Amino acid sequence: MLAPVLHILPLATIIRERVLPVSGKVNVHLNQRVNPTDVIAEASFAREHVLLDVARTFGISPVAADKLVRVKEGDRLPQGALVAEGGGLFARSLKAPRAGRVMIVGGGQVLMEVGDTRIELRAGLPGVVTQVLPERGVVIRTAGALIQGVWGNGRIDNGLMVSLLEKPDDVLNANRLDVSLRGSVILGGHVRDLETLKAAAELPVRGLILSSLLSPLIVSAYQMRYPIIVMDGFGAMPMNSAAFKLLTTNNKREVTVNAEHFDRYSGNRPEVIIPLPVSTEPPEPNNFETFAVGQTVRLRRPPSAGMIGTLSNLPAGLSTLPSGLRAPAAEVKLENGEIVLVPLVNMEVVG
Amino acid sequence: MPASLVQNESILAIDVGASATRAVLFDVVEGQYRFVASGQAPSTAEAPFKDIGIGVREAITNLQKVTGAILLGPQDNNLIAPSQPDGSGVDAVVATLSVGPAVKTVVVGLLSDVSLQSARRLAESTYSRIVDTLDLSDHRRPDQQMDSIVRSRPDLVLLAGGTDGGASRSIQKMLEAIGLACYLMPMEKRPMVLYAGNQKLANDVKELLGGHVGKLEITHNVRPSLETEDLDPGRHELALLMMKLRQRQIKGVEELNLWTAGNLLPTAYAQGRIIRFLSRLYESTRGLLCVNVGASATSVAAGFNGELTLGVYPQYGLGENLAGLLQQTDINDIMRWLQLDISQNMVREYLFQKSLYPSSIPATKDEQALSHAIARQALYLAVRAAQKDFPAHARPARTGLMPPLDLLLGGGGVINEETSLGQSLLLLLDAIQPVGIMPILLDQNNLLPLLGVAASRSHYLPVQVIESGAFIGLGTVVSVIASGNYGDQVLRARLAYADGTEARAEVKFGGLEILPLPSGQSARLSLQPLRRADAGLGPGRSGVVPVTGGALGVVIDARGRPLQIPTDPVRRRELMKRWSYAVGG
Repeated sequence: MLAPVLHILPLATIIRERVLPVSGKVNVHLNQRVNPTDVIAEASFAREHVLLDVARTFGISPVAADKLVRVKEGDRLPQGALVAEGGGLFARSLKAPRAGRVMIVGGGQVLMEVGDTRIELRAGLPGVVTQVLPERGVVIRTAGALIQGVWGNGRIDNGLMVSLLEKPDDVLNANRLDVSLRGSVILGGHVRDLETLKAAAELPVRGLILSSLLSPLIVSAYQMRYPIIVMDGFGAMPMNSAAFKLLTTNNKREVTVNAEHFDRYSGNRPEVIIPLPVSTEPPEPNNFETFAVGQTVRLRRPPSAGMIGTLSNLPAGLSTLPSGLRAPAAEVKLENGEIVLVPLVNMEVVG
Repeated sequence: MPASLVQNESILAIDVGASATRAVLFDVVEGQYRFVASGQAPSTAEAPFKDIGIGVREAITNLQKVTGAILLGPQDNNLIAPSQPDGSGVDAVVATLSVGPAVKTVVVGLLSDVSLQSARRLAESTYSRIVDTLDLSDHRRPDQQMDSIVRSRPDLVLLAGGTDGGASRSIQKMLEAIGLACYLMPMEKRPMVLYAGNQKLANDVKELLGGHVGKLEITHNVRPSLETEDLDPGRHELALLMMKLRQRQIKGVEELNLWTAGNLLPTAYAQGRIIRFLSRLYESTRGLLCVNVGASATSVAAGFNGELTLGVYPQYGLGENLAGLLQQTDINDIMRWLQLDISQNMVREYLFQKSLYPSSIPATKDEQALSHAIARQALYLAVRAAQKDFPAHARPARTGLMPPLDLLLGGGGVINEETSLGQSLLLLLDAIQPVGIMPILLDQNNLLPLLGVAASRSHYLPVQVIESGAFIGLGTVVSVIASGNYGDQVLRARLAYADGTEARAEVKFGGLEILPLPSGQSARLSLQPLRRADAGLGPGRSGVVPVTGGALGVVIDARGRPLQIPTDPVRRRELMKRWSYAVGG
């Protein structure tokens, strides 16, 4: 059976697409080396539109109204600029209610876009531009450690990672966040109160890498302006041993925390990238494999959720689970030596 | 039926769900269509696979292992069709599809309680999530409406409004707002539009929207007059449009559509189609109700005299949408179904964790109990939502109750993955709370939607497969409407078997009683209600009814309608355990 792969890799070639949500301008070129904070593309887009109904304002037909319009498509207008003007002794006029750009003129109406917003897309990770996607963004290649999580609050940043994690099941409290951690990415454990998230915001930190989060805090976590990545799930779950070892051994390194949402269809998922110097390019990771004996796997659901083990036996056909359900399953030897029967759909290969 | 009337065609039916992909083989055996076997594999629409074709081929490979038939070419792994002289391959392929994110839909109508409601019902007949609505009572300026549509990034716009030959100016204004909004979106993100309004405006719609939308289809008016609602043509057109949308969104759907020569339908639509067909075929005087609790959505199809009500509710799906379930229901309403003594946070964590891994399954008894509690609440909500749209003649005698039905059919992952048939029955009874006397069937192989789509190839296939016993009869259920205290006697029942023997039950309020009656057997059931209880024959009315057997027999459910669940958690858990034991533990 095909197996999804969770990347927890000490060294890999990492290729990531960074694109604008709307069309814009790409500021970098092919083979250019970029730093995480470089603005690689930018765009401006109108948040709102204003529809000016000239015909209705003047009480005339659309055809007659079109003749009174004094602007054309593409014109940039300041607030109060004349848009249409009637004739006669007491001429009436229609002015732009806000500064903006004329998009369409016709049918007795003028459509303007207003409220220009500028978006700057930063590289997010150091690397080399391997592809330019015209008007959209770039593809960046780098080498380093890659550790994927299960949930992110949609933000991205980078900084020096400082580990406050001594054991996989540590709890991160507000009182552990002091001013010396300002501007750092904090490697913490389980967070179970809002005060911790607020304390991190007040420092501020440039990211939180957590083992788990209490589910009532999810809404608040979304509101935080720094990235939050949850490695294993919701509730009091320790960090899986593979991620714990890799992250803690990279303490005090620059990391990128890309806490993007886990999108099952695109495959984008929250991840920590730790760029590392390499002399030869390491291999690119596989995105899926076939379940096989000897693989390292992470278990996704209770009773061993988040635990890492080795697939020790892959019986053919269906197995009966403790719940009574019958499903394709495998025996997994956990790190504590215990052997458990796990349905294949409840695990992923680590690699 | 003479064998000559049946085309000797083997049919491979494929269902691509959010979690699992199934390949089912129907073939002619002794002149009649039969369900032969099925193969299953995890669905592969999501990353890292991103191509449903991988899962489809794996499901077919598993089907090959079960049947020994060769369906895929050994060299190219492509489907062999039509069947070859050496016996390999199949003659025809049909498919249903429910995988994919809920379709973001903007619903537009004129009057909020007339055409907008019809458009909403149309939207709810497929895997959609309504992200915005527009109607005459909308006080936003046209540019605000436009911006709202652009921000919601819809995949689909459903437009209704105006009786045929009726209002046109108001619709035209709305069309302008929709057209401008679509114009403002990037070309590749423009929504598909289905127009189901005043037919006089069809040409105006083409002119105003044709060039600015992803695809435009025009169908019959869902509201040809104020008094008439006609959803069927719109449902069909919407089903086809959905499949076009999925072809755009998901790799492999186009290939599957080619295999099926266009016989690819949304799963819920195919389910609705077969329920309407069965409702006509069996001349059901009351109604047929079919529920399917799946990962992508919970769907409810009800046929009343050939009239279909179809509700598809992605918000009550048991997959990735579970994280949002608490926006639809109170956590205590999930916890009321639990036999476990656990905290609210554990339920929350289960919902979020399961939404991260929708294909995962409960490995422990406790996880399974949680999964069933959530499924009960999701199905409870879905059935109540669908019930609001039942036709006027199918309204219940009392508010808060279901209308009487002739048959109840249950299917979908969680119902079928129950470890005992009794637990499947209990889940259906708890969530749906039917009234009256009716047989309950379990679609254990999730065949119904596949029969719905296979009907396009052969009209005989669905009937012959159903009559061949493809579904499991759980038994006949007698639901008692009564009021009283727990333990008060509300019914005397006597089951007279064909061999002259009999079984009796003194039924108490709050209890579940079972009188054994094996599958395939019939008997006569005498019901004598006490305290003016209604056992399906009217308040206080006694009578004798013929009943058919099933895996459980005759089940008398005297737990009250609506179901009376004690608020005291200890008492509640004790009762739930008792009910669970009553149906076999």
